[in-house]
Amino acid sequence: MTTKLMNARFGGMAVLSLVLALAPLGFANAYYYDVAVTVLFNAVICVGLNLLIGYGGQISLGHGAFFALGAYGSAIATSRWGFAPLTAMAASAVIVGLAAFVVARPILRLKGHYLAMATLGIGMIVHIVLKTEAHWTGGPDGLSVDPLVVAGITVATDRQWYWLSAAVLMLAVWLALNIVQSPVGRALRAGHGAEIGARVVGIDTTHYKVLMFVVSAVFASVVGSLFAHKNGFITPDIASFHRSIELVTMVVLGGMASIFGSVIGALILTLLPQMLTAFDDYEAMVFGAIMMGTMIFMPKGLLPSLRVAVKKKLGQRS
Amino acid sequence: MAELLQYLFSGLTSGAIYALAGLGFAIIYNSSHVINFAQGEFIMIGGMATATLNAAGMPLPLAIMAAMAVTMLVGVMLAKFAIEPARDADVVTIIIITIGASIFLRGAAQVVWDKEFHALAAFSGEVPIKLGGATLMPQSLWVFGVSVVVIAALWWFFNRTLFGKAMLATSFNRLAAQLMGIGVKKVLLVSFALSALLGAVGGIVVTPITFTNYEAGIMLGLKGFSAAVLGGLGNGMGAVVGGLIVGIAEALASGYLSSAYKDAIAFIIILFVLFFMPNGLFGKKGVDRV
Amino acid sequence: MSLLTVEALSKEFGGVHAVQDLSFAVEAGAIHSIIGPNGAGKTTLFNLITGLYAPSSGRVRLDGRDITGLRPDHLAALGMSRTFQNLQIFFNMTAMENVMVGAHLQLDRRFWPSLLRLPGMVRRDRACRDSCAQLLDFVGLSAYAEAEAAAMSYGALKRLEIARALAARPRLLLLDEPAAGLNATESREIDAVIKKVAAQGVTVVLVEHDMKMVMGISDHILALDYGRKLAEGSPAQVRANPDVIAAYLGAHV
Repeated sequence: MTTKLMNARFGGMAVLSLVLALAPLGFANAYYYDVAVTVLFNAVICVGLNLLIGYGGQISLGHGAFFALGAYGSAIATSRWGFAPLTAMAASAVIVGLAAFVVARPILRLKGHYLAMATLGIGMIVHIVLKTEAHWTGGPDGLSVDPLVVAGITVATDRQWYWLSAAVLMLAVWLALNIVQSPVGRALRAGHGAEIGARVVGIDTTHYKVLMFVVSAVFASVVGSLFAHKNGFITPDIASFHRSIELVTMVVLGGMASIFGSVIGALILTLLPQMLTAFDDYEAMVFGAIMMGTMIFMPKGLLPSLRVAVKKKLGQRS
Repeated sequence: MAELLQYLFSGLTSGAIYALAGLGFAIIYNSSHVINFAQGEFIMIGGMATATLNAAGMPLPLAIMAAMAVTMLVGVMLAKFAIEPARDADVVTIIIITIGASIFLRGAAQVVWDKEFHALAAFSGEVPIKLGGATLMPQSLWVFGVSVVVIAALWWFFNRTLFGKAMLATSFNRLAAQLMGIGVKKVLLVSFALSALLGAVGGIVVTPITFTNYEAGIMLGLKGFSAAVLGGLGNGMGAVVGGLIVGIAEALASGYLSSAYKDAIAFIIILFVLFFMPNGLFGKKGVDRV
Repeated sequence: MSLLTVEALSKEFGGVHAVQDLSFAVEAGAIHSIIGPNGAGKTTLFNLITGLYAPSSGRVRLDGRDITGLRPDHLAALGMSRTFQNLQIFFNMTAMENVMVGAHLQLDRRFWPSLLRLPGMVRRDRACRDSCAQLLDFVGLSAYAEAEAAAMSYGALKRLEIARALAARPRLLLLDEPAAGLNATESREIDAVIKKVAAQGVTVVLVEHDMKMVMGISDHILALDYGRKLAEGSPAQVRANPDVIAAYLGAHV
């Protein structure tokens, strides 16, 4: 069985790396690379967020805030204080992690919709602060950000960004799978499955929820930093309610408690608006309808529903 | 002093709207444990429909009736086609469905109407009333009056009519209610219709003050959710109190502190309250049963 | 010294006394049963002992140490484990993973080794998997090791909970109606498992309605009614107690 687990683990990562390596063959121009990088960025955040939502069972409607804080942290630290981009990224991640830790304890005592409200509130507050504190953030007009320099090399072209973010996604997936299949991950999932059952065997369930809140915030922060450098310009709207919702939707659509599902959810929901531009004025309607339809007919999300369907097919054959 | 009174007037006006929105959340939550993130869109549709119908020449009372009917229809369809089929899904899944619905309704509004702001004339003129050095617009009186009437009517419905009591019973124990012959499906539909009606009423009375457009429901919806959570989910009177607190706090904050942070106040209060009272001001404490 | 001592314990829910001024002691290395009609306060008593409820008054001691009000996860670290009348299974995991969660306290639980999958963590995890496989075998579930808990039968889940509780290597194991809802065969299997557990030196406290089982395996019985102690003693003494017969056993004994 260990071998089977190993297969799921390495098999999935092998397929993912193959797809990432081969995808550029189908990219006709720089625009494709650009969209692909957005997909990868979102995928990394969702892989982290799924640890909290899917495995930990804790909802967050405010993770756009951590993404934005990472972005603004990098922007401000590099332009104002002359930090090297990687140092700024690490420093932002540490500070965002600490901030997440501080709010996590009181917030994660809340359940269900109360937790949804609290995380939503944190997201809104961060968004409003970023809009208002113009002397730091440039206010609604935004802030320009220097390009990313790694070991003396400036990451400039979309192609470079693609390979960098593909590597980051592989790393993120590896780390997430490590957590899921470790004592920490089992304790987290146990707390979600039956909280009291977990506590009586010695698990401090709050501790693991807090841990995953911090981990998912750090994932979002790092991607925020990368995004800021890649885009060269950021506005407070990256912390909007809409952004946080988009992230949660990707996780749920791809499949809760499915790392690879998150990658698929990010892929679909990033590409969908690009495809729906053909619908013009009807874009929002179609988008909303697809969102509702998928969740009504596949409440467990795409990948888990697909897995069940395949299993059924195989079962019928044998 | 006059200044304070002025802020209170404006706070009570928006607070009344938040209270109606919060009540909408509470009613649906009670009947189905669903948080309907499209509640704000009910408010938007009520306002937009009245404004555009009235602008197209329909007399105001008729336009209001039509707008209420349309919004209720939307509410019932939402319950029937989006919520009912997903009844047993996860909390997060249902949240995403209602958010999808809100995006859909905003998109539809933008197609049916447009992206412009729409105005509606005040119901009884624009001559301000002087009161203790502050001025009060007659439309604000309409907002208070209508809110009080609606809240009273709802109280009567839930406490004095058989069906209203049955709806409350469902919120306490769905299975028991079902065994008693209460149609849980019917309760769901009625709760959405009622909430939509509440939203529409709020949207209609507030539009002469704030104008409306297809996105007007987003913030109102979130404030309504804040009001409902602040009061304790499922507690109707809690939602009303929550709405008034949020409205007044916002008005005071934007008057005395900073108008930029007006929208943040609701969320700061919420976080503060939830830190100390995880079930809101008047929410019941849940006991884990094993 | 007694392993577990309960002193003048009371729990009140909005005016209702679920447990009232209850005192008793559990000696190490035996099977103790708690019996009583529905609503006698048995499960509430378990919840008080295992830290899920805070008592209104009274004390609970483990090895003489006051453990009143300690959190369940702390109590687990002190050697207390339990199962539930209404299952507390992790339905989002496999049977094996359920048991491995039980062994949580014996594993490397630090974050970084888990995140980076360091060899030491992996080694201990693998060893844990092997010992958990033995536990599954012990309760007769080795065939289900990789089954999703959600797909297992009620009887199997009851045994899975026992395996999980044992994985925590408790000195004191509280079983809340392990045979409830099981058929005669399954009941006998559970019965055998409990005897085996006790034979290994784990002190068992059992709440059970199956009188045949209770009378057969208990060394000591405590009878409750309306949250109060009705009688206490050996199975023969309790069976002969007129109060017990009147309140609970009735004509069945």
